[in-house]
Amino acid sequence: MSIITVKNLRKSFGTVEVLKDINAEIKEKEVICVIGPSGSGKSTFLRCLNLLEEVTGGEVVINGHDITDPKAKININKVRQEVGMVFQHFNLFPHKTVLENITLGPIKIRATDKAEAGRLALELLDKVGLREKANSYPGELSGGQKQRVAIARALAMNPKIMLFDEPTSALDPEMVGDVLEVMKQLAKEGMTMVVVTHEMGFAREVGDRVIFMDGGYIVEENEPNELFGNPQHVRTKAFLSKVL
Amino acid sequence: MDIIVAALPILLKGLQVTLYIFVIAIILGFLIGLVVALLRLAPIKILNWIAKVYVDAIRGTPFIVQLFFIYFGVNSLNLISLNSTTAGIITVAINAGAYFAEIIRAGIQSIDKGQTEAARSIGFTGTQTMRYVVLPQAFRRMLPTITNQSIISLKDTSLLSVIGIADLTQQGQIQASATFEAFKIWLVVGVIYFIIIYLLTLIANFIERRVQVR
Repeated sequence: MSIITVKNLRKSFGTVEVLKDINAEIKEKEVICVIGPSGSGKSTFLRCLNLLEEVTGGEVVINGHDITDPKAKININKVRQEVGMVFQHFNLFPHKTVLENITLGPIKIRATDKAEAGRLALELLDKVGLREKANSYPGELSGGQKQRVAIARALAMNPKIMLFDEPTSALDPEMVGDVLEVMKQLAKEGMTMVVVTHEMGFAREVGDRVIFMDGGYIVEENEPNELFGNPQHVRTKAFLSKVL
Repeated sequence: MDIIVAALPILLKGLQVTLYIFVIAIILGFLIGLVVALLRLAPIKILNWIAKVYVDAIRGTPFIVQLFFIYFGVNSLNLISLNSTTAGIITVAINAGAYFAEIIRAGIQSIDKGQTEAARSIGFTGTQTMRYVVLPQAFRRMLPTITNQSIISLKDTSLLSVIGIADLTQQGQIQASATFEAFKIWLVVGVIYFIIIYLLTLIANFIERRVQVR
């Protein structure tokens, strides 16, 4: 049973067609890594999964809800609560402390009791190794710490799916490891994850499947060892020869 | 000195009127500004257009013309009858509202799109995103400009004396002509305005420091 189904997904910005007929099935607890050159449409693809981008055509079904069907009257805000997202530039709320960043969603959306939300947030901070930063402001954290808080913030809504949009691309190299470690842990716990990444090592080690995108298409998808070890398509070969 | 001592209680009466009008008008003006800014940014063309016409109309006409329009013009239609204080408050409010609208719009637009995306991705509605994420940050950024506009509006209230409102300026005028001591009286009036505006600035600075994003 797929938790994410994408059928004939198309997305244009003005006259530029960024996604051209994307089809994908993602099963529960799968970790999918999406790789490809910049401009290939991988981030746009990810952002279509929670409708941060309005789709131009096709279908996106999340956990049984066709979020692209205007007749289905899906409450996208409800669906988004089940789909956490982590951004390249963290996008933490700078006017709130780390703890408030994490509790804002549960308190305001789920009407969780403040003390209970705080307790939950501290648990999540433990998980990402940042309990001592609970009362700091985002501006006082390093990039790697910010991203781990961002992961905790997304997890606070107890999502079924986590989307990662190049979560380590804006980090100094020595910060990347900590963030990937948290993501690995999350994968181990059985979280369904879609990760747009340039970290080929991570894709290879943690990914159940790797999707290679180029020019708005999914060019090739396979188990990581197959895709990295024995790429079928010329464009996959060309890309991997540059990044590996 | 006696003249100043004698005139001071009367001038302070005028100051009360000035502050009363200012406080009500600035709060109304701010609310108008907030609503107009949100209309301006709403994804509905006609609302954007209404907001833009309002802002352009106010910015493109002198304050005194707006005041005469509302006090003499609107009253001459005999549909409603506005007393001078009400007309004064309304004029200052809609005037400040147009400028506040632009300040608030610019403030909202200055907040990184990623903030909205992060909030929406958690599941916040558009309204919740505005309320909990965008506006609190935008207001911090807007504070210096809001202070500035408030000071301008406070000074604009002195023009209300021309429709007979007994504000600080009007009382100054009366005192100046009654005592033939224009120099002293207007100096005192100026000092009173200055002190009030200086206090306003201090309060604004205090708030700014309190809410600074670390």
